[in-house]
Amino acid sequence: MLGEVAAEAISVAMLALVLGFAVVRPWGWGEAVVAVPAAILVIAVGAISPHRALVEAERLGPIIGFLAAVLILAQLCQDEGLFRACGDWMARGAAKRPTRLLTRVFIVASVTTAVLSLDATVVLLTPIVFATAARLNARAKPYVYSTTHLANSASLLLPVSNLTNLIAFAASGLSFPRFAGLMLVPWLAAIAVEYVVFRRFFRTDLNVTPAPTQAAGTAGLPVFALIVLVLTLAGFAVTSLAGVNPAWAAAAGAAVLGVRALVRRHTTPAAVWRAAGVPFLAFVLALGIVVTGVTENGLAGALMRVMPSGTTLPALLATAALAAALANVINNLPAVLVLLPLAAATGPGAVLAVLIGTNIGPNLTYAGSLATLLWRRVLREHGQGEPDLAEFTRLGLLTVPAGLVLATVALWAGLKVIGG
Amino acid sequence: MTVITWVVEGTWAACIDATRRLAPDNADIVLLHVTGGDVSAAAHGAYAGLLGRGPRRDRDPGPRLAELGAASAAELLEAAARALGRPCTTMERRGRVEREVVAAAEGAELLVLARDGDDTRLGPKSLGPASRFVVDHAPCPVLLVWPRETPGTGSIPTPPPHQHPHSHPHPHPPGPGSPR
Repeated sequence: MLGEVAAEAISVAMLALVLGFAVVRPWGWGEAVVAVPAAILVIAVGAISPHRALVEAERLGPIIGFLAAVLILAQLCQDEGLFRACGDWMARGAAKRPTRLLTRVFIVASVTTAVLSLDATVVLLTPIVFATAARLNARAKPYVYSTTHLANSASLLLPVSNLTNLIAFAASGLSFPRFAGLMLVPWLAAIAVEYVVFRRFFRTDLNVTPAPTQAAGTAGLPVFALIVLVLTLAGFAVTSLAGVNPAWAAAAGAAVLGVRALVRRHTTPAAVWRAAGVPFLAFVLALGIVVTGVTENGLAGALMRVMPSGTTLPALLATAALAAALANVINNLPAVLVLLPLAAATGPGAVLAVLIGTNIGPNLTYAGSLATLLWRRVLREHGQGEPDLAEFTRLGLLTVPAGLVLATVALWAGLKVIGG
Repeated sequence: MTVITWVVEGTWAACIDATRRLAPDNADIVLLHVTGGDVSAAAHGAYAGLLGRGPRRDRDPGPRLAELGAASAAELLEAAARALGRPCTTMERRGRVEREVVAAAEGAELLVLARDGDDTRLGPKSLGPASRFVVDHAPCPVLLVWPRETPGTGSIPTPPPHQHPHSHPHPHPPGPGSPR
């Protein structure tokens, strides 16, 4: 058996390697290419026991399954034309009224993030929002920046909204409805902060009255997909209250839409497989195992000293701030994995405060974390163009601290009123 | 002579009107549109910030936005050329918008652009950061138009009375060379 210092050193080295590789993505390789061997190495050298690794895999397994189901569900909704229909709804009545378009983009991006996760907003909704703005002859920047911001800050509401939430949800001991109940007002508060700041920040662009060059489209609403989504949401609450893992509701929703799409040849088995993002799932599992090696060989003890305990307002604010800071250094995924065991010991309130920090915090930089940002600055991405860093940082500084504080105060009030 | 008309989403119609009315008949009119890389780069950054999703081009919204942007720029220039109704050429550039406009205007005899700020009253706020930069750095004469109706001079706020508590009419107002 390895000594604790050596075990910690190896685990930290492996974590640094995994995260470094995930940020750099050299030669177009997937992140799992390094993460999986690193996890095996951490087990092989005895930094964590095979049994402990198995426990971690059993903990993360259902979370990963849940994630896969939501990813597939989002892609199938895209195939059914849900986001195209959203684009038409945003455009309708918003011609010549840029602030109304902004309001509608906020509604669609917030609901999409909450129900189908931030991946859906970034990957599937952002191009639709851009195309809608272009169609209306409006300046795209405020709208595209809203979707990138809301993918983070509007991902507080449901366990499915963000992978960080899924991981925390399993550890919090909360039911699905209770999680949503406690996070509803913080979610609204975070969105309200974004809206107020965006209206002011982009007032020049939003002041211009565009003359649309094309009529708004009239793609029909994919009624079947919408019904399945609503039933899936209801299924989350029902399964959770019945003591069944709500991942089954997501799986059922994905299965119904998937079988229908396959029968109607709207999709192929290969496309469904790709939508599940299997290398991503492997990466999450491997990262979880490596992080366990780091936390259990010393980091947990060290963090215990800086981690606030209790659910007083100052403690919750400090917890959210610590989580936001950690998320900003590398990324919010390892931040949640590291902080969660400590927060879970304090209770659901602390777990949710961690989520407020890790979900809103990444908006400080356009690339989600300093590590990714710095690397992208180094790389300069072969002339792809860069966001105006000063502008984006100002936008982050205006929204993130205010959003963190207001959402945390709302969480604290919610804990007082309906209890953890 | 070469007249460059900067075509921007939302405000281009006024520039095209001004160009049609004021550019001499023999002018070479160039309609210029600049696509900034910042919006597609922000979308790409949002995807890059999602840890573990893989370098998948089919999922990354950045390149998709760049494609859509190029298509919509072409459409916009086409619509502007139609609206102008005079012979013209179109020019599409990519990069930092305000700098590309200044670079494109070099050697031109006139640059036509619209104010992009608060267009409800006369004043410095009627210029947003981009048009402010272009006006300040333009290497040629500039024709600056209002995108909608031109506000009346009544929209200039009256100076606060306490600024000149004992104001006397200057018999000889100081000229530009006078000491301040």
